[in-house]
Amino acid sequence: MIRMPQSVENAQAIAASDALAVERTLAGERDAYRVLVERHSHNVFRLAYRMTGNQHDAEEVVQEAFLRAYQKLGQFAARSNFGTWVYRIAANYAIDRMRQKQKEDARRQSPTVEDKDGMENDPMTRVPDHAPTPERLTQSIELRKQMEHALAALSHAERTAFVMRHWEGCGIEEIAAVLKLNSSAAKNTVFRAVQKLRLALQPIVGTRPQARAMGTEL
Amino acid sequence: MKHMTEQELIAYREGVADQRAAISDHLAACAECRAELERIEAVLAALDSLPVPDPGADYGRRVWQQIAPRLPEKPERWWQPWFEPRRLTAVGAVAVLILAAFIAGRWTRRSPGPDNIATTEQVRERILIVAVGEHLGHSERMLVELSNAAPTGPSQKQVNISAEQRRAEDLLQENRLYRQTALQEGDTGLASVLDDLERVLLDVAHSPDEVTPKQLEAIRQKIEARGILFKVRVVGKELQQRQEAPHSAPQQNNSSKNERNKV
Repeated sequence: MIRMPQSVENAQAIAASDALAVERTLAGERDAYRVLVERHSHNVFRLAYRMTGNQHDAEEVVQEAFLRAYQKLGQFAARSNFGTWVYRIAANYAIDRMRQKQKEDARRQSPTVEDKDGMENDPMTRVPDHAPTPERLTQSIELRKQMEHALAALSHAERTAFVMRHWEGCGIEEIAAVLKLNSSAAKNTVFRAVQKLRLALQPIVGTRPQARAMGTEL
Repeated sequence: MKHMTEQELIAYREGVADQRAAISDHLAACAECRAELERIEAVLAALDSLPVPDPGADYGRRVWQQIAPRLPEKPERWWQPWFEPRRLTAVGAVAVLILAAFIAGRWTRRSPGPDNIATTEQVRERILIVAVGEHLGHSERMLVELSNAAPTGPSQKQVNISAEQRRAEDLLQENRLYRQTALQEGDTGLASVLDDLERVLLDVAHSPDEVTPKQLEAIRQKIEARGILFKVRVVGKELQQRQEAPHSAPQQNNSSKNERNKV
């Protein structure tokens, strides 16, 4: 299940209301779909932003996810959760989009964004920072940049698995369904993602790992 | 004391550990593993500080305004895609093939004997030849049309290949069935060509509806690099010849299969 900032009762009420909106949309009331779009857009945007790493792509993913969900609404089983379902559609589309972008970038073989434009186009630098001093600001921006690079260095599957598990609280079964893997492979993808992020970021986060072989006897 | 592995600690931290209670007990007793878990948590906590921009309180309304004009009047019912003419044709063709193979099997089984076994094989292979021949013809036409697709003018920045994409999706379903049948029949040459074709069909089916001329060129180059059109034409021609030829003996069939393996 997706981690939602709502009580169980509230979540159940929303799911029931979603089911009704789906039913009415299928009956031909197109405006009923508006309720679903307005209710779930923020959550889908958050997932899309974390997967794609930039606002423009995230907004496109959100629009495409709701368009596709509408087109396939007849295939949506009423017993499922609409929020989870549209999430899955968004995650799949975000993966496709990242792959497509990667291919286009490879074809263009142009310098990377930060090589060409410095930090101007770095999504992390566009976010306001509230650090009080220039030094802290610089450090903070640098750390964000490193974190964004570490996330970008993950494979599409690893990034998806990490975002869905760590940030969105999705279950392993759900991640496995999006990645078209079995549960065990999906779990391993989460591990690999965390291991890679740790390797890239631990030196700059400050707590250096001790040189010890994990799983060894003392 | 045996320490926890990094994977076990990550699984514990991410809430997907199988032995959660055991890891919990171990952490309570092992300062080194606790320190290691803290290091993992420090990295994850730093990542948690990455902000997600707030798209604004009216974001949902804006999304609706952007997509509403693009929504069809009514969403499809679950059964509607199955009744689209293109899908009906594909499903119908496959159903006819299966039915024909079944009838052929039943008919030739009435009087068992070495000659009839040969006849069964011949009839089945003949059905496969006809069906695969047609499939290859359709695939060839789609690939040629895709190769010839071009922007209508210098100002056009996107080429719409959605028609080819939909055809590729349908052909993909048939192709899988024929490839499996060819493998079962021991015709590895044909299966290999169908396997190559499947990869190209997959690429086309998974392409965006509209592509830039550059993307289209990349698809074309992929088709050329695999030599798939040439292979499809050669095998298609051979199947056509065999279809027109009188019934051949099983030995001759095997020699044809061997020839195909060279393609």
